[in-house]
Amino acid sequence: MSAASHATDHDHDHDHGPAQGLSRWLLTTNHKDIGTLYLLFSLTMFFIGGSMALVIRAELFQPGLQIVDPYFFNQMTTLHALVMIFGAVMPAFVGLANWLIPMMIGAPDMALPRMNNWSFWIMPFAFTLLLSTLFMPGGGPAGGWTLYPPLVLQTGQAFPFVILAIHMMGVSSIMGAINIIATILNLRAPGMTLMKMPLFVWTWLITAFLLIAVMPVLAGAVTMLLTDKFFGTSFFNAAGGGDPVMFQHIFWFFGHPEVYIMILPAFGIISQIIPTFARKPLFGYASMVYATASIAFLSFLVWAHHMFTVGMPLRGELFFMYATMLIAVPTGVKVFNWISTMWHGAMTFETPMLFSIAFVVLFTIGGFSGLMLAIAPADFQYHDTYFVVAHFHYVLVPGAVFSIIAAAYYWLPKWTGHMYDEKLGQLHFWLSVIGVNVLFFPQHFLGLAGMPRRIPDYALQFAEFNMVSTIGAFLFGFSQLLFAYNVIQTIRGGAKATDQVWEGAHGLEWTLSSPPPYHTFTTAPEVK
Amino acid sequence: MTHAGHAPDHYYVPSRSYWPIIASVGLFTLMLGGATLLNGGSSTLLWTGLTLILITLFGWFGAVIHESEKGLYSSQMDRSFRWGMSWFIFSEVMFFAAFFGALFYARIYSVPWLGGESSHGVLTHDLLWSGYEATWPTNGPRDIGGFFAPMQPWGLPAVNTLILLSSGATLTWAHWGLIQQNRPQLLRGLALTVVLGLLFLSLQAYEYVHAYHALHLTLGSGIYGSTFFMLTGFHGLHVTIGAIILSVILFRSLAGHFTPQKHFAFEAAAWYWHFVDVVWLGLFIFVYVL
Repeated sequence: MSAASHATDHDHDHDHGPAQGLSRWLLTTNHKDIGTLYLLFSLTMFFIGGSMALVIRAELFQPGLQIVDPYFFNQMTTLHALVMIFGAVMPAFVGLANWLIPMMIGAPDMALPRMNNWSFWIMPFAFTLLLSTLFMPGGGPAGGWTLYPPLVLQTGQAFPFVILAIHMMGVSSIMGAINIIATILNLRAPGMTLMKMPLFVWTWLITAFLLIAVMPVLAGAVTMLLTDKFFGTSFFNAAGGGDPVMFQHIFWFFGHPEVYIMILPAFGIISQIIPTFARKPLFGYASMVYATASIAFLSFLVWAHHMFTVGMPLRGELFFMYATMLIAVPTGVKVFNWISTMWHGAMTFETPMLFSIAFVVLFTIGGFSGLMLAIAPADFQYHDTYFVVAHFHYVLVPGAVFSIIAAAYYWLPKWTGHMYDEKLGQLHFWLSVIGVNVLFFPQHFLGLAGMPRRIPDYALQFAEFNMVSTIGAFLFGFSQLLFAYNVIQTIRGGAKATDQVWEGAHGLEWTLSSPPPYHTFTTAPEVK
Repeated sequence: MTHAGHAPDHYYVPSRSYWPIIASVGLFTLMLGGATLLNGGSSTLLWTGLTLILITLFGWFGAVIHESEKGLYSSQMDRSFRWGMSWFIFSEVMFFAAFFGALFYARIYSVPWLGGESSHGVLTHDLLWSGYEATWPTNGPRDIGGFFAPMQPWGLPAVNTLILLSSGATLTWAHWGLIQQNRPQLLRGLALTVVLGLLFLSLQAYEYVHAYHALHLTLGSGIYGSTFFMLTGFHGLHVTIGAIILSVILFRSLAGHFTPQKHFAFEAAAWYWHFVDVVWLGLFIFVYVL
């Protein structure tokens, strides 16, 4: 390090290491600290949202009402979704972005470090606001996370708290995304051209664009709900010339890109892990980039497939049906590339690889059921049944969540300097992969047989599959305690990890020591 | 290091800061206060939160200005700020897009459907409101908010359009002054822009009073009142914010902060102001004229 380049920050003694105590976490501008905060927050929310899911599944263990009253059941379905989407999956990806992007592109930190701190610290407050509604008279929101009017307008005291909490999450996401884009576009080391960037960085660049494009639209939609409820506007009131269906259009214009926000970074993670354990470079790097961009582009043109049954002109149904089916093409390119990467590879099956392979198989099942749902006339049968629940849980749980778990196992040795317990990791994998299929696969059959979603009771013919599904839910849910235990043990100690950690790992982050110093790449590395 | 002579610009990673956590507490208090107020409670928390946010704005931006004046920001930092501001403005565009989308959806689909035009068997008209004729402006088949008269475009709104467009020109004139080191032109141009912005806001306020009292056009006047006031209201809020930003830039210009080479704060403010300008053009065409 040249004396000249360091002259400007001699007054910042923190440069040599983290501060001690709570203030380190409250005041930090360090991307690694903020990444850790995001990931721990996400893990906490994962268990809170998971507990809600177990309440739902416990009630559905048998027909009839036995554990919670239907109104509380509806609060659980609503909050489970909001907590998992905005509290668990999205912050986990932002946390990974914080930890990894600067190290992968050879940057000293995120582009806007103070704003980075603010993006994170809004989140715990937003979820305090949201979850506090459970303790209010009338309870939490119960109209579903999609907040459809007029039902959602019947929410009691919780209503403004929910809307304003969503505003806070939006502010956090937008700032986080701006930071990520600015970092990727401006802080790459010399020689790190766009088409040399690791796939995880590419997918996050595109995800950040999606976030900035659609989170403000959600903000607009919930603002209209707020003014309809409190200030006498008629956006979603047909008597005043508005239309409740209009909310669905605006909401899903946000909502569909949102589901890709939750899967594109997962694609990036899988594209990092599979080459490492196949000991081959990623097959079709450029096509991966273009496929990601195509999926993002198409995500803006398919929103109304969430509302085929609500009433739309026929040409609308057809347009959204065909546009949705088109997405299978770039997604197929990705799956093909992952499999081709493994083809003739010298494969080993450590925990991150196991989760990644499960991702490829099980996400594809979710993709296929999505293709079935895309067929408008068939969707008239599937709509609002457990088939839809099975579909999006296949893409989100063995999809997004498995990728996050895989990422945690893959990079944890780099972050902490310790190897995790491989045996425990494999046990966690097998329990998870069995649990998740026992949990969600029967829901396909329930849906096709006509069981509606968001209902606390059901007809007797659905009893067996529901019982199986609930057993799977508890198996999957409690298996995650192994994950938490393994992560905590790895943070506290364990076998020393090497710098490269994995034999086949390539990329700038593996050139750093494990754990990396508090500040890395204060002088940019040269990328050949 | 081997190449100390031409080392790359050092990227300034700011030291630990209290401002983000104060801003988070402020935002939380503001939102908690807002929700409490909407539920019929007191407004104490709301004002506390707002005060905290204002203190943060002063403190945080003050810190950034201070660092900038100390020369801590490299040209790479400058590019980060540029990307940050551009994407922030893009997010604002998408926020307005939601409300424009609502306006277009109502005018193209929901109102004609309520009036009986039906390409896909919508029966609302036949079953509920068979007497309703689709027109624009409308407050719907139930006449929500009672009789009102629409806002006419070619009076004050047209004058306001001219004012806002001129303010864009005066701002560019000020920028030329800055680049050519013509200090009087910079200061006059900026002051003129702020004055035009305030004039625009005063006329908008007058127009709102006129709408509520003379035209009986309110936020509650069905879909027309909703889209009219929400779009112009959020635009007015952005003009207010823009005018405040430009005032800060004016004070900073008076303090001699900017050089012809380095004045990103000025440019960011100008980008924001032009964005607000363009939104108004959309508003004038789609809300007032058409």
